[in-house]
Amino acid sequence: MQRKRIEIEGIVQGVGFRPFVYQIARLHGVRGWVCNDSRGVMIEAEGASLSLDSFLSDLRDKIPPLAEITRFDVTDCPLQGDKQFVIRGSVEAAGKTARITPDTHVCEACLGELFDPADRRYRYPFINCTHCGPRFSIVTGIPYDRDKSTMVDFAMCDACREEYEDPSSRRFHAQPNACPDCGPQVRLLSAQGQPLLEIDDPVAATAELLRQGRIVAIKGLGGFHLAVDAGHSEAVAELRRRKARDEKPFALMVRDLEAARALVRIDAAEQALLTSTARPIVLLDQVPEHGLSPLVAPRNRSFGVMLPYTPLHHLLLHENFRALVMTSANISDEPIVYRNDDAPQRLCGIADAYLVHDRRIHTRTDDSIARVLADRPMMLRRSRGYVPRAVSLSSPRPAVLALGAELKNTLCLTQGDRAFLSQHIGDLKNHEVYRALEQSAAHLEEILATRPAVLAHDLHPDYLSTHYAQARDELPRVAVQHHHAHLASCLADNGVDAPAIGVIFDGIGLGLDGTIWGGEFLVGDFENFRRAGHLACLPMPGGDAATREPRRMALSALLHAYGEDIPQLSHDDGFTDQERRLLQQMVARKLNSPLTSSCGRLFDAVAALAGVRQVVSYEGQAALELEQAIERGDGAAAYRFEIRNDGDLLVCDPAPLIRQVVEDVRAGHGPAWISIRFHNGLAQVITEVCRRIRLQTGLERVVLSGGVFQNRILTEKTNRILTEGGFDVLLHRQVPPNDGGLALGQAVIAGRRFGKKST
Amino acid sequence: MKSDIILLGHGSGGKLSHQLLDDVIIPRLSGVAQKDQNDAAVLTSPGGRLAFTTDSYVVDPIFFAGGNIGDLAVNGTVNDLAMAGARPLYLSVGLILEEGLPISELEQVLDSMKAAAAAADVRIVTGDTKVVPRGKGDRIFINTAGIGTFEHDREILGSGARPGDRILVSGTLGDHGMAVLAGREGLELQSPIESDSAPLNFMVADLLSELGDALHVLRDPTRGGVATTLKEIALQSDVDLTLEETQLPVSDAVRGACAILGLDPLFVANEGKLLAFVAPQQSEAALQIMRRHPAGRQAAIIGEVTGQSAGKVFLRTAIGGLRSIEMLAGEQLPRIC
Ligand SMILES: [Fe+3]
Ligand SMILES: [Mg+2]
Ligand SMILES: [Zn+2]
Ligand SMILES: [Zn+2]
Repeated sequence: MQRKRIEIEGIVQGVGFRPFVYQIARLHGVRGWVCNDSRGVMIEAEGASLSLDSFLSDLRDKIPPLAEITRFDVTDCPLQGDKQFVIRGSVEAAGKTARITPDTHVCEACLGELFDPADRRYRYPFINCTHCGPRFSIVTGIPYDRDKSTMVDFAMCDACREEYEDPSSRRFHAQPNACPDCGPQVRLLSAQGQPLLEIDDPVAATAELLRQGRIVAIKGLGGFHLAVDAGHSEAVAELRRRKARDEKPFALMVRDLEAARALVRIDAAEQALLTSTARPIVLLDQVPEHGLSPLVAPRNRSFGVMLPYTPLHHLLLHENFRALVMTSANISDEPIVYRNDDAPQRLCGIADAYLVHDRRIHTRTDDSIARVLADRPMMLRRSRGYVPRAVSLSSPRPAVLALGAELKNTLCLTQGDRAFLSQHIGDLKNHEVYRALEQSAAHLEEILATRPAVLAHDLHPDYLSTHYAQARDELPRVAVQHHHAHLASCLADNGVDAPAIGVIFDGIGLGLDGTIWGGEFLVGDFENFRRAGHLACLPMPGGDAATREPRRMALSALLHAYGEDIPQLSHDDGFTDQERRLLQQMVARKLNSPLTSSCGRLFDAVAALAGVRQVVSYEGQAALELEQAIERGDGAAAYRFEIRNDGDLLVCDPAPLIRQVVEDVRAGHGPAWISIRFHNGLAQVITEVCRRIRLQTGLERVVLSGGVFQNRILTEKTNRILTEGGFDVLLHRQVPPNDGGLALGQAVIAGRRFGKKST
Repeated sequence: MKSDIILLGHGSGGKLSHQLLDDVIIPRLSGVAQKDQNDAAVLTSPGGRLAFTTDSYVVDPIFFAGGNIGDLAVNGTVNDLAMAGARPLYLSVGLILEEGLPISELEQVLDSMKAAAAAADVRIVTGDTKVVPRGKGDRIFINTAGIGTFEHDREILGSGARPGDRILVSGTLGDHGMAVLAGREGLELQSPIESDSAPLNFMVADLLSELGDALHVLRDPTRGGVATTLKEIALQSDVDLTLEETQLPVSDAVRGACAILGLDPLFVANEGKLLAFVAPQQSEAALQIMRRHPAGRQAAIIGEVTGQSAGKVFLRTAIGGLRSIEMLAGEQLPRIC
């Protein structure tokens, strides 16, 4: 006889871990107990040594689907002579490292019950079990328990409680457990927010409204969606009008894979991503005969598609829609609406009705967006379904709270050797978003029970995330250069803690020399970096206005390539002669025309010169449309950059490229022709510069990071050529290459620097 | 010999200096006869509190549409006194001239100062002139200091804003800054923009006497524009402010030029505008008082004090979002990617 104490940390609460332990204990005839504590799960098991061995191996190898173990300690302890194996109530321990799991797609077993007329939860929209359902979005504190979640509002009925207390049940300690008798309910509200009492099946009534072309705000897991029937052109047009959203693509929700295949092509990797328990929106190529409103994704070859992820979504999508537009319910850059009490006010004039429920959302969480790139998933927005899963770091470091960028803001809090990124927060210039940053920082610190020892923020003095860091003046701060953070983020994403060549192409970030960087070749690691090369600088006439108007960058590029006498192009950029003269004057006199090496702005310039887009209505639109202009089999011809040495910097000058674009436009070539040559040219210049840096440094590892590497054609091409050239290429996988992944890089850099300083 | 440009000798203290003073400067600014000139002006104290301020003017170009450095130097100091709630009485003038400045330009500047002083009903009572070698200055720098008195016993301070106060601006935003920028850079604008340089002391006097205790804060939004000034007030008063984008008065010319240049009129300098924080019941009355004055025809209520204690400034945008307004660390740097 032996007795072992087993301490387990990781994602082990709220995932059916204790019932699993109970079951294997019974299976192997082991006695003792299991309980949750704030650090994870603690077990004491007593039995014959053979039984204990098989118990322990099952304990390691057969864990429930949502569980994840990060620490597994076994120690001997004195025999107690228990008569049976029991599950004990929770105890709070000092460390509080127990992990909250992400919100998860409703499991197959629950779905079976949902559509089983004989089941007591038939068509009940809040069905869940320990293997599925809401977690992060409803958790208010730790340890994870019903009374530390918004389910505290509902007292379980006898039937539910029995399941909850039965160790053999799938719902044993399923904190959100509920049924039609005791749990949350859905209601349909009018446009004014008044309950529509005469309706007895709110889901069916919602489906009917959608079929009629109405816009319904639907409360989901992390917030409200605005839904319309994607096949109903007038409805989609009306949604665009009311939301004042001209062109940015809408996300779609379809019933199942089969319904998805009617709209988009799906390969095996994409299918795996689409059906994963996180259920992200996946960007997929449209099939020509999709039959949906062209306004769903204007001038776009792909659709963002997701499968239903809550029982409520499944019920709705079973009403035979080809697809529903399911777009975040907000106006402009406001955060997604998530509370019943302010939905009718904030969505006033947009929604015709509200399908709400009374399970409160504690932390709003947008849908995640991902795509398959080079045969593997790449996150574009990491939020619902992924947060708060940690990124493993190679070594422990002091607790750092990193504050991210200004747009696509996310936070990152490190705890030991794990980095926890927050849900997508958004554009901080909007005050509601900024408040969400404040709340999210507090919530992260609360659920991880970790107070940061140091804050990390961007070098840009006017980022509101920088202001936040400055306001918490009791903590030391580390300012991190934007592109260095991207480099470190991609290294950490891949679990690499070693120097690399960083090809960091993005929109803009403040550089060390006061210019605006964004087409950078860096050499660096978690601690330091140097700039080894960059795209030649172009003026941005009007600063941020040049980001909103690619035509300004086109003019700037022409001035750069031709000097004063710029060629006239046939397409209309919308400027009057007087405006064009003024812009030229601004560039000549360096008036509010900061210099930038940004690759994003170079994309803008080429997109505008090719006649693809002159003014954007959403971030990255011109680059996206330029990429989408490429047709299959457009060939391998490439535009040329001139690479020159400027001291020890390699400068890639696009002047010859700009002239080639102009000649091709004059020769009558369209966007497809120009775009592929531009993409090829970029891939080639990246490879050439990396070769030269390899000669200097001996480094073979190349990191591709920054928002530009969301571009599939460029990234796959560059990845292929570099790999063929003997480079070891690292792409982002767990966190986005765009600024949504920036906080991770800031955190590891600050952790390393601060760690050095304090030892 | 008479020179038509400024020579180093004009600052020597010798004959040339006296010529410059007696022939060019004094007749234009004060008209004090030589025998009455002394080391200091002697003024009669009106009794009670005094307001005292100083400011230096270094604008490039010195002549711009709607004014020049001279009237700017007078109006700026007059307005600073007025913003304290004082009645401006006396000014001093310090001139720093660069060798080579055409005397005709100096005369033009001095004439404008005189006219501006007359318009504001203040007296220039003392002054000083220095000449610096070529390249050590930029044509002309002017310092003015001013003294004002109080005709009431209220305190008009930046810390006086209270929740509920309405925020008024006396006219369109950004005219001065854009006029100077266009002049300096030689920009060919669609429609010309003139500086708003003007004295505001009479408008302030009316506001003070007619609004009584309902007038809480006065401030002229010069460098950094309305945004920066409001942020200062919010911090001084420990309040939150919310501006309505749709209510901000901006002329079409300034709006158009700012759009092309990528500038925000909220951050562009003004030289003849004031911001007033007024109790809500009196805000309409305040608006009418402002509009009576030529410099206040475009006055508008642009926002209100919405909360206590955080020192935040928000802009409710045309589409309904709330954007927070912060002071810039330095020059405006691009932020959106
Ligand atoms: Fe970036
Ligand atoms: Mg002043
Ligand atoms: Zn389930
Ligand atoms: Zn129940």
